[in-house]
Amino acid sequence: MLMTLLRRLVLALCLMAPLAPAWSVAVDTPLDDPALEARARAIHKQLRCLVCQNQSIEDSNATLARDLRVLVRERITAGDSDDAAIRFIVDRYGDWVLLQPPVKGGTVLLWLGPLLFLLLAVISLVFWYRRRRGAPVVAANAPLSADEQARLKALLDDGDPK
Amino acid sequence: MNELDLEETPRRLWPRLLPLAVALIIGGFLFAGLSLRPKEIPSVLIGKAVPEFNLPALPKRPKGLQSADLKGQVSLVNVFASWCVSCRVEHPLFMKLKARDLVPVHGLNYKDDGPAAMSWLARHGDPYDRVGQDLKGRVGIDWGVYGVPETFLINAEGRIVCKHIGPVMERDLEEKLLPAVKALRQGGVAKC
Repeated sequence: MLMTLLRRLVLALCLMAPLAPAWSVAVDTPLDDPALEARARAIHKQLRCLVCQNQSIEDSNATLARDLRVLVRERITAGDSDDAAIRFIVDRYGDWVLLQPPVKGGTVLLWLGPLLFLLLAVISLVFWYRRRRGAPVVAANAPLSADEQARLKALLDDGDPK
Repeated sequence: MNELDLEETPRRLWPRLLPLAVALIIGGFLFAGLSLRPKEIPSVLIGKAVPEFNLPALPKRPKGLQSADLKGQVSLVNVFASWCVSCRVEHPLFMKLKARDLVPVHGLNYKDDGPAAMSWLARHGDPYDRVGQDLKGRVGIDWGVYGVPETFLINAEGRIVCKHIGPVMERDLEEKLLPAVKALRQGGVAKC
């Protein structure tokens, strides 16, 4: 029963496979030269889509993302270096389109922030350890006093279900 | 348990206030975040000359739009399309603006179909002086357009002074754009 169901499912999936290209919305025409296409793709991955903001233009189905992909391909074909092609887009949309923001005056905190927090953590850890070492050690291994022995015995006896 | 005597350690005030301080700092950031508009990406073209372009007119409509047209007087450039729903929201405002004759409004018809744009203008009114047809959206990209509608304020030198993202509402027009137009005409600095 289960096997037939599985077999049918697999068959259904196999039959649907040829449809897969029709599902993707924006189908780009890649460049003929695979080296250029690879460069264009690498650039696409670095550029942020302005419409669906947390996707790269490579991942986005937005029409603007598609237009920008085509534009990058054109720039690359026209002989632009990768940097020049990226600059072309940045000149129009600003640093905002770069998924990896450049190190600048305004972004220093962004880049050094994690390091700063790590430093803060290490410093406070050092202080914490120092204080602990300086603090009077609780006599954990000291023998119990007669009074404590008696209380312990009472507790143990009391807690015994038998 | 409760009878165990833990030795009283002297408690200082600041470690107890630390959580409150952390909460206040995080709360401060979150509060500031409430009024941020991450959908509005600041334009890098502010203060720069409008991009070089030359767009044809819509079919059966005189006057296309090119860079040179934007020199000589203060004007607005409105990016619109017949497929753009929120353009309909702001459109009556541009019609009113035309009636008041305060500032010329030019249209950048973005990635639209010519006849569709014309019938849209016939239905909702045509507030524009010049309209350029940007079929492929390339000029839009040069202007840094990433959504329709967008509206640019251009000074007499043909420089972009400000950019309004999304539909222009009455308040945007009265409190932001028109005062800026006035300031520019008087040779002052426009704040927007």
